[in-house]
Amino acid sequence: MSLISIKNASKIFQHRKPRVVLRDRIRQFTSKPGKEGFYAVRNISFEVEARESIALIGANGAGKSTLLSMVCGLAQPDEGSVEVHGSIAPLLELGSGFHMDLTGHENLYLNAAMLGMTKAQVRERYDSILAFSEIAEFINEPLRTYSMGMSLRLAFSIAVHCDPSIVIIDEVLGVGDAAFQRKCHTRIGELRNEGRTLLCVSHSPETVLEFCDRAIWLHHGQMLLDGEARAVCDAYMQFVADPTRPLPGSDSAAN
Amino acid sequence: MWNGDYLFLLRELVAKDFKVRYRNMSLGVFWSLLNPLVMMAVYTYVFTRILARPLPHFSVHLLCGLIPFNFFTIAWLSATNSLIENVAIIKRVPLKREIIPIASIFSNLTHLLIQLGLLVFFVLISGLSVNINWLWLPVVWGLEIMFLIGLGLASSAMNLFVRDVRYVVESFNLLLFWIVPIVYTFDNVPADFRDLYQYNPVAALILATQTIILGGAAPTMRLLIKLALVSAVSMGLGFAIFRRAEKRFYEYL
Repeated sequence: MSLISIKNASKIFQHRKPRVVLRDRIRQFTSKPGKEGFYAVRNISFEVEARESIALIGANGAGKSTLLSMVCGLAQPDEGSVEVHGSIAPLLELGSGFHMDLTGHENLYLNAAMLGMTKAQVRERYDSILAFSEIAEFINEPLRTYSMGMSLRLAFSIAVHCDPSIVIIDEVLGVGDAAFQRKCHTRIGELRNEGRTLLCVSHSPETVLEFCDRAIWLHHGQMLLDGEARAVCDAYMQFVADPTRPLPGSDSAAN
Repeated sequence: MWNGDYLFLLRELVAKDFKVRYRNMSLGVFWSLLNPLVMMAVYTYVFTRILARPLPHFSVHLLCGLIPFNFFTIAWLSATNSLIENVAIIKRVPLKREIIPIASIFSNLTHLLIQLGLLVFFVLISGLSVNINWLWLPVVWGLEIMFLIGLGLASSAMNLFVRDVRYVVESFNLLLFWIVPIVYTFDNVPADFRDLYQYNPVAALILATQTIILGGAAPTMRLLIKLALVSAVSMGLGFAIFRRAEKRFYEYL
């Protein structure tokens, strides 16, 4: 059984009218989304097996983040299905659940609970999380006194300690200073070697090639290529260098 | 699929609200006491001195109504706003989202416990005594919280689609004050309406609290069944509406 199985998934965003009367709102709330909306993700299918590491590449607005949100269960596909078997560590926007008035320590517990850790697990991993984040001396200060980099360090550190079977990374490897980035890369590499499944979005071909064996190129919500990371990256980079070239795949011709 | 520790997360969320609320205040829990004290003093004065109502233990009667009313209105409003206030969590952290309005209701329980302490104090100084029927209090309050969870789930989800919902809730809370027996008693309700009146879960809670504390008796089975019925329906509908609406949260935030 595949860990992630995506079948003909589409996500449609409705065009919002600038003025919406209550009747329209109620209609939107009660009715199925129509097909006239904008397809952020259109008819995408692929399977992810255990221990695979896959990168999603493509321009801004290609549907990469929407697809990751569906895998995380944050958004529901309007058509098709997205099935996930296994626990997920989402490294989306790090520190999303942080509260500025709480201390680092309190945020650590709250965030770990939101990521699905039990109290015993947080206690057990507490020292390790602190050591990794390298901000132990500020842990009892309120988060609003932290710099951006410090809170990202804490968030990253909590997220990589939640022992997931699938790690989802949305462009967060640019966290912190160069030394911490190096550390994050090492940690992601370790997670991969431990046999975890990786699904990441990145704009940097170096990062893709460093972590992923397979890459999927999304273009305007559709899948253009799915294959060996280097081949897909090369095709994508050629497209970036010269966008007038014909796109690979047959479904683009129909578009 | 989120399969974390539900209770641990609930505790952490409630603790967060509590800390955030009281950390930057110098008088802390005093503010929880001030509101019912002021309202009780004002109403006692108005109704015993100005309107001269000969009702025994009128201050306790007022508190028995004001405390459930305050709890209900504040908890409902905070649950309604809870999803909007936690956009970052809804959009970026995969968890069971029901827990957010539920936690905001539970956060108000700290308020409530402090105010119940105040009620016990007034019960004792006014010569009433604690009796065995007080054991009914957790039952009726538990039913009320079930009702509130269902209602809060539905209103918080709808508030994401139509942001006017919070103002509907605020206006309804103003109206609610007059359809629960705070400044009058159940006897003042016209006989034709009494049966229907008891279906209002806030009125039912206040009636039960007054019966237990002032009357020293158990609430009637009729009232309990009505309260349980409305609470069960509310829970069922609340979860159903929330689950259905949840599929579209992502697009609306």
